[in-house]
Amino acid sequence: MSALISVKNLTRVFDVSKPWLNRVIERLPKAHLTAVSDVSFEVPEKSVYALVGESGSGKSTIGKMVVGLLRPSSGAVEVDGVDLANSHDTGAVARVRADIQMIFQDPFASLNPRWRVRSIIEEPVAVQGGDTQGLAERLLEQVGLAAIDADKYPHEFSGGQRQRICIARALASEPRIIVCDEPTSALDVSVQAQVLNLMSDLREEFGLTYLFISHDLTVVQHMADVIGVLYLGRLVEEAPRGELFSNPRHPYTQMLFAAAPRMDGFGREIEPPKGEIPDPINPPPGCAFHPRCPIAVERCRRERPEMRELGGARVACHLAE
Amino acid sequence: MTEPVLSVRNLTVEIPTRRGVLRPVDGMSFDIAAGETLGVVGESGAGKSMTGNAVIGLLERPARITGGEVRLKGARIDDLPPEEMRRIRGKRIGMIFQDPLTSLNPLLTVGEQLSETIRLHLGVTETEAGRRAVAALDEVGIPAAKARIGSYPFEFSGGMRQRVVIALALCAEPELVIADEPTTALDVSVQAQIVALLRRLCRERGLAVMLVTHDMGVIAEAADRVAVVYAGRLAEIGPVREVIQTAAHPYTAGLMASTPLASVGQRRLRQIPGAMPRLDALPDGCAFHPRCERADAQCRRDPAPTVTGCGGRAACWYPLTRSAGEDVA
Amino acid sequence: MSDEALTPPATAPSRLRSAWESDLIWSFRHAPVAMAATAVVLVLVLAAVFAPLIAPHNPFNPATLNLMNGFTPPMEPNAFTGEVFLMGTDDQGRDVFSTILYGMRISLFVGFAAVMLALVIGVTLGLLAGYLGGWTETIIMRVADVQLTFPAILVAMLIFGIAKGITPPEHRDQMAIWVLILAIGLSDWVQFARVVRGATMVEKSREYVQAARLIGRTPISIMLRHILPNVLNPVLVIATISLALAIIAEATLSFLGVGAPPTQPSLGTLIRIGQGFLFSGEWWILLFPAITLLALALSVNLLGDWLRDALNPRLR
Repeated sequence: MSALISVKNLTRVFDVSKPWLNRVIERLPKAHLTAVSDVSFEVPEKSVYALVGESGSGKSTIGKMVVGLLRPSSGAVEVDGVDLANSHDTGAVARVRADIQMIFQDPFASLNPRWRVRSIIEEPVAVQGGDTQGLAERLLEQVGLAAIDADKYPHEFSGGQRQRICIARALASEPRIIVCDEPTSALDVSVQAQVLNLMSDLREEFGLTYLFISHDLTVVQHMADVIGVLYLGRLVEEAPRGELFSNPRHPYTQMLFAAAPRMDGFGREIEPPKGEIPDPINPPPGCAFHPRCPIAVERCRRERPEMRELGGARVACHLAE
Repeated sequence: MTEPVLSVRNLTVEIPTRRGVLRPVDGMSFDIAAGETLGVVGESGAGKSMTGNAVIGLLERPARITGGEVRLKGARIDDLPPEEMRRIRGKRIGMIFQDPLTSLNPLLTVGEQLSETIRLHLGVTETEAGRRAVAALDEVGIPAAKARIGSYPFEFSGGMRQRVVIALALCAEPELVIADEPTTALDVSVQAQIVALLRRLCRERGLAVMLVTHDMGVIAEAADRVAVVYAGRLAEIGPVREVIQTAAHPYTAGLMASTPLASVGQRRLRQIPGAMPRLDALPDGCAFHPRCERADAQCRRDPAPTVTGCGGRAACWYPLTRSAGEDVA
Repeated sequence: MSDEALTPPATAPSRLRSAWESDLIWSFRHAPVAMAATAVVLVLVLAAVFAPLIAPHNPFNPATLNLMNGFTPPMEPNAFTGEVFLMGTDDQGRDVFSTILYGMRISLFVGFAAVMLALVIGVTLGLLAGYLGGWTETIIMRVADVQLTFPAILVAMLIFGIAKGITPPEHRDQMAIWVLILAIGLSDWVQFARVVRGATMVEKSREYVQAARLIGRTPISIMLRHILPNVLNPVLVIATISLALAIIAEATLSFLGVGAPPTQPSLGTLIRIGQGFLFSGEWWILLFPAITLLALALSVNLLGDWLRDALNPRLR
């Protein structure tokens, strides 16, 4: 299978320095936060690739770079072979951009409260000057709402219904790729199931490719074909779903799985993981995970591990086997 | 049977609005014994946080308790004057909220906040209070507690801050702790630490804990019994294993089945159709009937009866597991 | 979220009915102060608009003036002509009631126009500063900061002085009104800019704006179609309160003699004229314009206060 999205050595650095005057007075150096550091992965067409990680892992930043809301500091995002940030062929970039849409986390903030649902859904097409006749009604019915809902305002809908409207908007321009940034983490469990099922159905119907961003392992396990695990802006492990969950190789992945609460974990006594996520402005040298890693050796403190093939997976760990 | 630490009977909370009176908590009854953790689960708007706030007398106006009673070690506390209630809240009931920043004073060091609380409620000397403050930080697993006692809340990470809140909630040696979504704002790995900490402290001190959360996994791991709340009413209450594995109420069963964990390897998740009704548009009869596949004319007409069995009870006309041969109240 | 449970059910009987039951109207119907203030404002504005129909005299037409009518007290027949005036007359025999009606026209026109000018400048600059950030924001907001360090009335007087200096003397009286509007408008844009910038920064970070960027909308289009409608609530509040302030600013400037000329007197000019006669016993020439100004400014201000509370979701 050829890769539809190809992310190559993607890096994003944010300048988090204090204002110039404060720096001069307090004699502070410029501060940089490396939110994403040298991340590479490929997403085949019509598959679901999930990025999981805790806060500060850089998963949302990667999502924003893939859709073009942020520019990479270095590295590239290629879709269909077109480098979105650096290509000079503006026609090709515009064509590829139109193929990418996004679903956001907060269904209350992602719809303009002053717009009717019809205008919201038709916007992507209207902006490009396309034909919007009957579009909103058709899409609303496709996502399980009623055609008459087109004339209502967002505040008349519940969280789950709003997320359906967001999905309808994302589908309006007939994209091939949808980046889903925590699409269900603001929803209740029973509503989450409805939305996830809808997303699965639509993927089959339209042959969509999802880049699925989540902190919730259970959701990822249900949705994804291939999963990339991020820690402090670095990809630490990537494996097909079955492989990852049956045989996690990176110590961080293992720790994450052990820590996740389980429905059958009645009175489970586990050794909770050590420590917390380090400050991303001053990440530990070498492997970023070494201060919390139960098997870290001297080399881990010195040398950042490269991604290497291991069985059916890729792992960034000196010691993983 | 010994007297429960917290006993709630037919608790009802009402909010008068210009479109009529809403009832976010409607006839809730439950007990929590010493050393026991009761998990309270439900979707947002189901009334689980409102129940917790009603118990500790922290309802925001215009919401108010309009029926039932709350007893702490047998003594009624729902009708106490605000001044007395405030004393009970610090001393006998500890509180842990979702966002640690809102429960800590940003202008005081954690040491000052802890020793002030200890001195106020336990009546010990200043030096003794300071000593106990260090011990309290130490107990919740803050490394180098002695050195950290002079730090301000913002100097702690999210997880450490939540530990400080727990220390603060427990330092006056309360009998009951109400934890409202204590791990929701935390990352998975830190969440596991906090859950383990809460369980250890609860066991060691024989605390009664009311753990309000929407996360079924946290409930399964941390609670002894669980109360499932739907549209302001108690749908089901019972031992955690029974409720999760053999739910009696169709809503509980649907909720459990719709978590992705329950359908690993299946293409589609089980889902409950529809959404929880708004409080101003509750259906007649059982509030769950529009989403229930077992509902019939009776469910649509009459409020659900309480069915007991297997150490728990459920509010349903046609319970799933406990119907056959069980006593019907 | 109790928030969700409290919002009205998703049924709309009719647009009129839902508008009547909307939160704003509901809170209006339960705020007697706001209703009284609205009534006063409405009466005054209508009286000003229809001044030519209501006013018994035309104070700007010298042909209808009779110097013999000068200094007639209210509701007393004039010693020479026997005419009766509701609020008396001034030194030139102009009917005070009529001059107030016409004066209010000028006061209200200057106030409205100045606020509109301030609003357009302030909202535009605020949107640009909040959305674009960087150097655009730094420049706009520093200029605003500097202007805020001077009292608005001083800024207005400065602008008035400059404008007066560059207009030819024969046009000064005609230009005076427009210079007033410019002076008050330019001294008042800062608070619009500040509030709009803040609100824009909040809205900009919300996901619907990101969604619009993704779709390929231009920044201008995002600012106008997406952000502007969502920052209008505070703008409305400030505009109302600014209107009261602008009317007072205009009166102050006119009182100081740098505003509306005596040939086109505003309420402030009337008060300036009237204060010369206060100690000689002709109190009505000052009192009635002053009461009118007070009633107008106070009720507009009360209306603004209510609007701020009603539109603030945290206070509801």
